[in-house]
Amino acid sequence: MHEEPLVRWDWIGRNWPSIQVLLEDHVVMALVPIVIGLLVALPLGLAGVRWRWLYQPTVGVMNVIYSLPSLAVFIVLIPVTGLATRTTVMVPLTFYAMAVLIPAVVDGLTSVPDHVRQSAVAMGFTPLRRLLQVELPIAVPVVLAGLRVAAVSSISLVSVGALVGRGGLGYLFIDGWQRQFYTPIIVGIVLVVVLAAIADLLLVLAQRLLTPWSRARGAA
Amino acid sequence: MIKFDRVTKRYADGTVAVDDLSLEVPTGEITVFVGPSGCGKTTSLRMINRMIDATEGQILLDGVDVKTIDPPTLRRGIGYVIQQAGLFPHRKIVDNVATVPYLLGWDRKKARDRAMELLERVGLDLKMADRYPFQLSGGQQQRVGVARALAADPPVLLMDEPFSAVDPIVRTSLQEELLRLQAELNKTIVFVTHDIDEAIKLGDRVAVLRVGGRLAQLADPPTLLARPADDFVREFLGRDRGIRRLSFVSDEGLRLRADLTVSVSADVSTVRGADESWLAVVDGENRPLGWASVKDLPETGTLADVRLAPYGTFVRGRDSLRGALDAALLSPSGSAIAVDEEGRAEGVATREALDEALGKVAGGVGA
Repeated sequence: MHEEPLVRWDWIGRNWPSIQVLLEDHVVMALVPIVIGLLVALPLGLAGVRWRWLYQPTVGVMNVIYSLPSLAVFIVLIPVTGLATRTTVMVPLTFYAMAVLIPAVVDGLTSVPDHVRQSAVAMGFTPLRRLLQVELPIAVPVVLAGLRVAAVSSISLVSVGALVGRGGLGYLFIDGWQRQFYTPIIVGIVLVVVLAAIADLLLVLAQRLLTPWSRARGAA
Repeated sequence: MIKFDRVTKRYADGTVAVDDLSLEVPTGEITVFVGPSGCGKTTSLRMINRMIDATEGQILLDGVDVKTIDPPTLRRGIGYVIQQAGLFPHRKIVDNVATVPYLLGWDRKKARDRAMELLERVGLDLKMADRYPFQLSGGQQQRVGVARALAADPPVLLMDEPFSAVDPIVRTSLQEELLRLQAELNKTIVFVTHDIDEAIKLGDRVAVLRVGGRLAQLADPPTLLARPADDFVREFLGRDRGIRRLSFVSDEGLRLRADLTVSVSADVSTVRGADESWLAVVDGENRPLGWASVKDLPETGTLADVRLAPYGTFVRGRDSLRGALDAALLSPSGSAIAVDEEGRAEGVATREALDEALGKVAGGVGA
């Protein structure tokens, strides 16, 4: 009797096409919620800055949503959005992304120093131009920091969807666990970690390109 | 000209920031609003470009009520310099300066050329143009702030405590730079400060405001120093009012004695009989070298053999009576050496001459 190796490379070779499909599914289900979350968080964050009274209730609701266990939400959604569909997985992930990104947008906009905002007013910026050309660009570093957190957590959370039949690389964990076969589990973990690292790296690069003016870059 | 006509600013909670203010800011002059915090000086300034709207009364800009002008349009025609410069951290220096030209729709090349011209004008190295604000010192940022305010060549410049966040040496150089620029540009400038010395140094006219937003006095600096309107202004002006007023008295009337300057090559025997105890020794080009004490002269030789004491000079015509007095107090002789712009000695202002000039001024220093 010989010892079973930890990683069976031949298995990876044989199953690579289906791993690729899982990988692609994983990327889509992780990224779409981030993009939609950001698109929703921008106007909500702006509203939260414009009308301060709105901000605390919004954050409160978002925190409650964030605290809901993802598995429970998936199960509740199944009757509405279907078993094993991408939508079932992406809806809660979108809310999680919003919960991180709304405060990031609000913090980003409030990070604009008062004297900078006032000098923009005094130079004759209209409110819309001031927002687009002064306030949002200055908010970028803080928003990107939020985006890094949201992206990494989204990529890791997709796996939980495997419990309702659609979890991208998460399927490999279920498969490996059911068969007491470690190779798929290790492949899944490695790919999820690599995905998260790539997403984070891309966002860091984006930050360097978008905000060469940021003092934080020198400090980091 | 900017005219405040019975302007009042009252907030919803009943606080009155500016109370029935009427004054005129003449074209091409620097008018300084000065006063303690809470006197409404910044509020008054910001009502001009409508960052704050007046509750009552009118502010007229060349005869036009500012309230009839759309705020962004109004503001693009008025330069504004804020404390801490307020530069846009995400834009390069050149683009910061070109802000208003961009807003006015100038093409990029023209706006940037104009920005470069202004950077040079405010004394900044053009290498700074492609840097970001955080890479500049506070003083450099403030120069950029001034350049930005001037970019679209507005006739009016509002300056809100622009130099109060930098250290005293930088502040002095920025103040001198502003006066130099103003001599070239003749803008109508409203300058807000809480520093009375800055007000007196920069202002053609100074408006002293008291807490509650009431005008206490509006006058040119010499008048302000000579005749403060009331105890509040007197107290705000602080100590040394009389001495500071001498800054505004020309030294032209000062009697000079040319006979008290002697060449370094002169023989000691020729000067031994002088009627003053100190003589100003000059070199071959008439530049002062120091003071020689007559009673300590050696038996023989020239003045080159004499140990000279350090001296004080003032530039005749450019320094004031205060400068002359200051120079005299720094001299062992109690007299001051007057020099021309090239540093050549014109003569000596003795204590008697200074006394005579001060005597003429003293009558004017009221209360």
